[in-house]
Formats: sequence, C-alpha cells, structure tokens
Amino acid sequence: MPEKMTGAKALVESLRREKVDVMFGYPGGAVLPIYDELYDCEIEHILVRHEQAAAHAADGYARATGRVGVCMATSGPGATNLVTGIATAYMDSVPIVALTGQVPRSLIGYDAFQEANITGITLPITKHNYLVREAKEIPRVVKEAFHIASTGRPGPVLIDLPKDTQTEMIEFDYPAEVKLRGYKPTFAGNEQQIKKAASEILRAERPVIYAGGGVIISGASTELLELAEALLAPVTTTLMGIGSFPTAHPLSLGMLGMHGTRYANYAVQECDLLISVGARFDDRVTGKIAAFAPGAKIMHIDVDPAEISKNVRVDVPIVGDAKRVLKSLVKYIRAGQRKSTTEWNKKVETWKKEFPLGYKKDGLKPQFVVESFCDVCPDAIIVTEVGQNQMWAAQFFKYTKPRTFISSGGLGTMGYGFPASIGVKVGKPDSVVVDIAGDGSFQMNSQELATVVQNDIPVIAAILNNGFLGMVRQWQELFFERRYSSTCIEGSVDFVKLAEAYGALGLRATKPEDVKDVIEEAVSSGRPTVIDFVVEREENVSPMVPAGAAINEIMNLE
Amino acid sequence: MKHTLAVLVENKPGVLARVAGLFSRRGFNIDSLTVGVTEKPDISRMTIVVSGDDRILEQVTKQLNKLIDVIKVSDLAPEESVNRELALIKVSVDPDTRSEVMQIVDVFRAKIVDVGAKSLIVEVTGDESKINAMEELLRQFGIRELVRTGMVSMTRGIKVVQTEK
Ligand SMILES: Cc1ncc(C[n+]2csc(CCOP(=O)(O)OP(=O)(O)O)c2C)c(N)n1
Ligand SMILES: [Mg+2]
Repeated sequence: MPEKMTGAKALVESLRREKVDVMFGYPGGAVLPIYDELYDCEIEHILVRHEQAAAHAADGYARATGRVGVCMATSGPGATNLVTGIATAYMDSVPIVALTGQVPRSLIGYDAFQEANITGITLPITKHNYLVREAKEIPRVVKEAFHIASTGRPGPVLIDLPKDTQTEMIEFDYPAEVKLRGYKPTFAGNEQQIKKAASEILRAERPVIYAGGGVIISGASTELLELAEALLAPVTTTLMGIGSFPTAHPLSLGMLGMHGTRYANYAVQECDLLISVGARFDDRVTGKIAAFAPGAKIMHIDVDPAEISKNVRVDVPIVGDAKRVLKSLVKYIRAGQRKSTTEWNKKVETWKKEFPLGYKKDGLKPQFVVESFCDVCPDAIIVTEVGQNQMWAAQFFKYTKPRTFISSGGLGTMGYGFPASIGVKVGKPDSVVVDIAGDGSFQMNSQELATVVQNDIPVIAAILNNGFLGMVRQWQELFFERRYSSTCIEGSVDFVKLAEAYGALGLRATKPEDVKDVIEEAVSSGRPTVIDFVVEREENVSPMVPAGAAINEIMNLE
Repeated sequence: MKHTLAVLVENKPGVLARVAGLFSRRGFNIDSLTVGVTEKPDISRMTIVVSGDDRILEQVTKQLNKLIDVIKVSDLAPEESVNRELALIKVSVDPDTRSEVMQIVDVFRAKIVDVGAKSLIVEVTGDESKINAMEELLRQFGIRELVRTGMVSMTRGIKVVQTEK
C-alpha cells in the first residue's frame, strides 16, 4: 500500500529519493508547508540572506560536485529573486533544480498577494519548468526534473508548487523511471562520423583542440589528454573549459578569445583543423566570426545538436557525449598513421616563448595576488566574480583538475562568486575555496557574509580592490577617452570592518610583501575570511582583442 | 523560402507558449501557426509555416526538438502534401451585387454560410493562393471582416508523421 502524505512531505521524500542532502533557500508564506517538513528531516537546509544567493550556491555546488544543486524560494519576490541565478546556470549549462512556492491554485491569475508567473518568467532561462497542478504529480515531476537537469546538455529546471498542492493528501508512489517521449538526448556519437573524423584528424598538419565546458560536464578530461598526446596537438580552452586540461602541460595554450593568450589565438587562426569539444563558438571566443580560423576545417563534438553550425559552419559534426566520442576517436587515431606535426609544434612553441602572459611588477598587482594563491594553495578551488578579477583568475592560476575553476561565463553575473563559493565549499568541504573578487562584484552579494558565519562555511573572499568597476573602466580608458563615467567606486566600504561586523575574519594587504602572509593566515584560520587586497587602481587585463576584431588583432596592454 | 513544419507536441497547458516564445526569442518569423488535437488525445499537432533559408530552418527544427514537450518535428515537402486553409469573409452586398457575389462563390466552390440584409458570410477552403484570389475578387464589393485559420498540412499517400522522435 502506498503511504498517504501531504504534497509537501511528498516533495521532501522525492528529494530524498534523488539523494539530495543539502539545499539552499529562503522561506516565505507560500512555502511554509515545505519548510515545516524540512524542520525534522535529514536534508540540510542552508538559509541564505537573498534568494539570488540560493540559486548561485546551488549552482556552485553543482559545478564543484557534478551533482544537481537545489534551491528554494517563496512565491512572488522570492521567486523573482532567483531569476538571475537561474539565468546564470542556464547560460553555463549547470544542473540545478529550483523550487518555488506559488499562490493557491484558485488564486492563480488573479494578481493575488505575492503572485508572479514564475514559469512564464523563466521560460527562456530554464531547460524546462513545471507548474504543479495536482499534488499527485509531485513525485513524477521531481523525478523528471532531476533527470532533465542532469542529462544531455544539463541545465536548470524549475518546479512551481501552489501552496494548496503542498497540503493536499496523496498516496506517495515514486516512479522507478522517467517516461518522456519528447526527451531522448543522444549520448553515443555516430560511429561512421567518428571514423570519418579520425581520418580527417590524421590528415591534419596543423591541428588545434578547442575545449569547452562540455569536457568538464562530461568528465572527459582524461580522454582529452589522451587525444592531445596521441596527436601532439596543442589545446586551448574557453573560460568554461578551464581545468579540463592542465594549464602547465606542454601542449596547453591556455585560454583563447578576447583575453586569451596570444599564442592560443595565433594557433587557432593558423591551424588547418580545429577540433572543438563541448564548446559553442561564443562571440567572446571567436571575435569577428567571418575572420575566425580562416584556413581551418572545423570539427564540432557536442551533445546538443542545436549548437552544431549555430555560429560557424561546421565541416565535421559529431553529436554525442564528449567522453564517449573522444574515447572512440582516440581508438581510431591510435590505430592510424598521423601526419607529422613537428613544424607546427615548433611554430607554436616559438609563439609561446615570444608572447608569454605577463605584467609589470611595480606596486601591488592583482595578477601577483592570483599567482600567490597558486603558490600557497595550488589545489584550491577558485571561484570568481566578473570583470578584471575573473580574467586574472583565469590567466594567472595554474589549474590542474576539472571543477576547480568556477565562474559565470555565459551571463557574466557580478555577485555570482561569493554565494557560489558557499555551494562549492558545502559540496567540497575538504578543499580550500577562494572567491577571487572585485570590489564592485563583492558588494552585490556581500550580505552572504552572514550565511557563511552562521553556518561556519570557511570560504575566502579575496577582493582585488581597485576602487573601480575595473573592466568597464578599462573599456572607457581604451574606447571612451578615459571618461570614467560612473565607474569609480573608491571608498565604498572598509572591507575589513565589514567582515568583522559580520563576525568573519578581515585581513588587508597593501604591499606585495604582505600578500603571502595574509593568504596563509586566511587558509590556516579555518574561518570565513575577507581579504582586502589594495591593488594598483588602473591595471588593465592584457592581452585584449577589441570587440568585433579578428582574434589575431591583439592589443598588448601590459 | 517558405517551409511547413508539422510539430507533434504534448497536449498540455503551456506548450503553445513554449513554442511561440521560442520563435520570438530566437528571432524566427512565423507566417502562420495552427494547433489542434490529433487522433491521440494526449498529442496535439501544430502546423507552423516559417520563412527563412536552410540554415534558419535547421536552427528552428533543432531548437524545437530541444523543447521537452515537442515529440516530433517534420518538414513537409510542399509538392508531396495537401495544404488547406479556411477563411470566413463577410462581404457587403446590396440587391444589385448579391447575385454577382453568389456567382463568384459558386465558381470557387465556396459556400455562403450566413445571409443578412446587407452582408453575406462566405466560407472558402483551399490552399493559400486560392484564398488570396477569393479575397482579391470580393474586395470590390467591400470586405467588412475576414478571418483565416492558418494552414494545416498533411503528406499525401500512406506516409504519416509519427510520434517516435
Ligand atoms: C550584474 C552585473 N551588472 C553589470 C555588469 C557589467 N560589468 C561587467 S564587469 C563590471 C565591473 C566589475 O567591477 P569589479 O567587481 O570591481 O571587478 P574589476 O573589473 O574591478 O576586477 C561591470 C559593471 C555585470 N557583468 N553584471
Ligand atoms: Mg574593481
């Protein structure tokens, strides 16, 4: 006999069946029955101070662990506060399930108190969403939501739960499997296509591998390394692909695109075969699309068929999961005879020697701060905010493993990093978790200091404090005659006192000599910490490809 | 270039909004869209006429397929399908023009479905060009109101649009 229970209990029971052990949320009238169920249930609920942070924390948890992150908010303003976090997860293909309360069914559509049409609002920023119409749907909907969020190209799924469905009694019966006739992602690549791709690859004289976030999502880093080493092909990654290939590997070109390395961009422009794995030819990567990789055949491996030939014309498409496709690709390649790439490897080496990433070492430089973190805690998980801080974190830390660089790429959400680092630390409690932050971005969600202190979540917020909305200032300097319109935020707040006011540890470094000490103190303290690095104010991110230029039209701003 | 897509979807609330939203969000133009339930009560069929080159059509098809509630998308070749639209046209008439209108209706094998003192409602079924021609001819009498259903389309012969994706 199936057990009788309320919709709220059925929801919590369903979450347990999906092995959820932690969720991030904020209560309100329309989710009271669910919070009552959470009161004595083993799922840990972390109370944030703004719903946006709940969504980002769920997202950080998902990116760090590969599991589905869960967040919850009440109806109306609670739900709309999740929107930025959901859109962030959507753009970067992050599996989260967002639960929202809704007004009772009889009031839907009548502009009831705290009613917002959240399924309508999130239609374009979710992989799928549900408005629960009857409590008995809850187990099936939860089962489907987790399945949809985590398979194929992952993404956020929202479940909107009218308050009266939470109190309605149902017979709980958790489905053993999902039946979705409209959802059948392709996992295995077409074997013929893979064979064809392999022979194309073996004919290449100047191959480059271009790896994106899909490699990390699919857990294909080992296969990527095998492919690169079998071919001696240089590997460049997107921002989302950082960590999929070890930065210090001799074949690594680092990141490509707007703030990519010179050698990555040159290599892409001069290659004869570009092997794209789990990347989507974003405009920050391609620059002027008509001038992108002009002499190259383009091979595109992606789990999402809609990405193939969306932005560039693809010569060899393979739809499938990166890990599985790469595995069989490597098999064919090892069996074949590849063309010599010696000349090409030499050329790439020369570029690497000639145009290394660098910066002038005078004063306290933000790049130096990032490098110092790499020295003190090379195994840390680096989370970022958005702006210059994000680019320096991408350029100057040496990543060795997937899921150790966590950043809002597609949406570029300022205020993402600090709440995301909460989710990262909860999911990976044994890792040092550092939010490389900007002074502007940090202030977008600094209220979460209360969350990390109350729940004793020892993350480190490393603020590269330049007193500017630095990345915007950089554009103003370069393209608007240094007219710094609304980008100076100097003297916003004393970050050390702010940390202390919340009960966190506050540290400051103003000289290069102080940097290592404060980092070491932060790491060894085991406490939530904010470090105010008072850095050079007008340092620029270099190199830079201006928007709309070809990616080999590079400005050196060192 | 115009394409006619037959789209099988879950017969559930909100699905039309998902499909229509996709078109506007991605900047695809819909020439016409019709929807109705199929022989299977849990499946609806949309007929969507879109204009665009092959690249746009490929994107439209792939993006539609990404919607969880979309079961199947088929591009129906015009020469192999029957295309039909229905229009109701309210035409002004007076004692002098009434018989002339009725003659045109006859020639087109259309029907008069409502007769008033000063107007008639003409029902015409056919492909797009037939309805356009009918409209053109009736214009001289004064069209007071016109409504078209949008196109529905079906492949000729034994072939059917199946639910297996
Ligand atoms: C929510 C949001 N608003 C605005 C922007 C536009 N934006 C991009 S970078 C940036 C400046 C970031 O300043 P800060 O956090 O201090 O970082 P810095 O560039 O100085 O390192 C702004 C305003 C954004 N990305 N996100
Ligand atoms: Mg700043």
